[in-house]
Amino acid sequence: MSSIYLDHNATTALDQRVLESMLPWMQRQSGNPTSRHVFGRSSRDAIEHARTQVAEACGAYASQVIFTASGTEANNFAVKGIAGSQAGSQILHSAIEHPCVSRPAKAMQQTGWLSNAIGVDEHGVLSVAQLQQHLQTQTSVVSVMLANNETGVIQNIAEIAELTRKAGAFMHTDAVQGLGKMPVSFTDLNVHAMTVSSHKIHGPQGAAALILDKRVDIQPLLHGGGQERGLRSGTENVAAIVGFGAACELAVANLAHFASHTQMLRDTFELGLKSLNVTIFSQHTTRIPNTSFFALDGIEGETLVTALDRKGFAVASGSACSSDSTEPSHVLLAMGIKPDLARGAVRVSFGAHNTLLQVADFLTALKNEILRLKQLTGVAA
Amino acid sequence: MSASIEMQVLKGSGDDLHPIYLDYSATTPVDPRVAAKMIPYITEHFGNPASRSHPYGWTAEKAVENAREEVAKLVGADPREIVWTSGATESNNLAIKGAANFYSAKGKHIITVTTEHKAVIDTVRELERQGFEATYLDPEPSGLLDLEKFKAAIRPDTVLASVMFVNNEIGVIQDITAIGNICRENGVIFHVDAAQATGKVHIDLEKLPVDLMSFSAHKTYGPKGVGALYVRRKPRIRIEAQMHGGGHERGMRSGTLATHQIVGMGEAFRIAREEMDEENVRIRRLRDKLLHGLQDIEEVYVNGDLEQRVPHNLNISFNYVEGESLIMAVKGIAVSSGSACTSASLEPSYVLRALGRSDELAHSSIRFSIGRFTTDADVDYTISLMKGKIDKLRELSPLWEMFKDGVDLSKVEWAAH
Repeated sequence: MSSIYLDHNATTALDQRVLESMLPWMQRQSGNPTSRHVFGRSSRDAIEHARTQVAEACGAYASQVIFTASGTEANNFAVKGIAGSQAGSQILHSAIEHPCVSRPAKAMQQTGWLSNAIGVDEHGVLSVAQLQQHLQTQTSVVSVMLANNETGVIQNIAEIAELTRKAGAFMHTDAVQGLGKMPVSFTDLNVHAMTVSSHKIHGPQGAAALILDKRVDIQPLLHGGGQERGLRSGTENVAAIVGFGAACELAVANLAHFASHTQMLRDTFELGLKSLNVTIFSQHTTRIPNTSFFALDGIEGETLVTALDRKGFAVASGSACSSDSTEPSHVLLAMGIKPDLARGAVRVSFGAHNTLLQVADFLTALKNEILRLKQLTGVAA
Repeated sequence: MSASIEMQVLKGSGDDLHPIYLDYSATTPVDPRVAAKMIPYITEHFGNPASRSHPYGWTAEKAVENAREEVAKLVGADPREIVWTSGATESNNLAIKGAANFYSAKGKHIITVTTEHKAVIDTVRELERQGFEATYLDPEPSGLLDLEKFKAAIRPDTVLASVMFVNNEIGVIQDITAIGNICRENGVIFHVDAAQATGKVHIDLEKLPVDLMSFSAHKTYGPKGVGALYVRRKPRIRIEAQMHGGGHERGMRSGTLATHQIVGMGEAFRIAREEMDEENVRIRRLRDKLLHGLQDIEEVYVNGDLEQRVPHNLNISFNYVEGESLIMAVKGIAVSSGSACTSASLEPSYVLRALGRSDELAHSSIRFSIGRFTTDADVDYTISLMKGKIDKLRELSPLWEMFKDGVDLSKVEWAAH
């Protein structure tokens, strides 16, 4: 039995065309991009081409793209790097950020920075009032994600950036879940720094970027050979960067289809959920089109996900990164959802290759498993 | 071996557009067996290793753990002592900043060597900005560290020492056991950058008195973008994480792991373990052939000790030849040089300067680095190319003419402009 993949917010399959762009850089001699001979120069050219592709997909200039090895690294770099150049200031982030934003902020507290989380309402939308209140304290960086990995909720980043700028702070957004699923423009979002990642858009793992306004003072996370204009040392991962560039180009070309297709799948899916008495989170606010996050009272999300996996459906009980822990989703808790209900949360995230038939099959399996699990718990009780 | 078919592109004809690759210390080609092993993990097995709820994640996690075992085996470590990183630069940053910060209550003094890779030097400099103190030891003219000088540099507040196993420019091998023992006796944490050592020298961390060791995949026929840090468990060494997030790698290093790259590193290190002894004999023979061929040329100087050195490296200065013209003249081979403008920095090789070489000799140096796919024909071609080009360049050089006329150039007083 081959399983049906409905976990595209965790990672995505590599597109065949992306693979083809990468193969020459994996199989043939590729020089160190720092070397001046023809092997090195062709590696350098390939990186610069990819930089242009990433920039175009993000509405940025190529000179604003700094390649990193992961979204985690880019987020750590933004938070620690920007705050680090302004000692003793405040770091603000939303309460629903990925841990790779909130944890570096927390780590900075030990060395003299302030770190505060801004709350969200019951739909998962950032509280602008809380932001304004916090901004009265001297702040170096505000980090709010464009689209949430669990609920899919899209924040009004341009508005938040405007307030941040007025307060004299720098604005960073983690756009990892936005790219490829909605239009993303560094210029229009009006931010100083933005994180994007390759493996969420059918590119390879191992490449990501921080898009950075050059006027921002930032301290490097990695010191050494001085690659990426001295901001990110380490020999460039040529094959992954080339793949990231190709994936960006495809993501832009496929965006309209992706958006309408996955929205149709999700609407159908959520319609089908109606008869199951589930709670769908953030249903009545703006979300990226492919994501549905829901919970059943009385059934553990982890149990349901494992049961569905046996039936051949890959979904998530929370974000992959925190699947290790049995803690309820911090995103749902921030939205004021009761821990018991939050523990029942299941995330479905569609991709362009999923079909209506798969949605129907998944709904059937879901109904059966819920029924079975309810009977089991009924018997136990 | 299927390697030969795929690697045809490496068999440069030696013309300017298809040079012969002799820059294995800069980066190595991915071994075709490594590439073959990686590709399934970017196509069908593409899961996130941290996804615990479905087989996509499990398959990826299993592959990552197999690779961790292969890396551990090559260096005599326990797999639980291996932390994945994006490369040796990150490993060096994590080891040095991580240990220095964790143990800073003990002291704030760090010892390293002036011939270390920039990823070590610049990281130590960054720590100096944060209030640490550092001693940068010069090596002997051979490139090797004087153990007495090292011992003398240790202070009561010395918390960390970082010395590389094999130098990237001159290939000399430091006496890691002896340095490590001195560190142990003095309670100093010892970090070793082994990016240039794997597959070239035997590493047995069960015996070596080393606490932290950095590795890179792309210097050992693996892919770029992946490396590892060894963190000793007995006695347990602690480091402060430098990248925070999902808590991957037992909290020491967060970030989604690039499964196919890790698989590639594992396979590359497996091949190194199984083939290095045989391969190094072959490579040593080629290197010695190259050395003998080039030693026929007058006024050449080998940089760094020839005995305590990996067989892959030959670094030679060609006296009375201008560095930039030299590099332009030998475009038929892909090599690194100590000349300005070959790297991001505009200074002549700081490694050769640290050995006490003059600016001129540092500028006119070439690093030949030999590897798995180098052939006898490549070496023959290189010798004849070098001989011909050096002759030509010296014919044009007034300094060479003066030298041949017996003028002692060191005593010439040049008129100021």
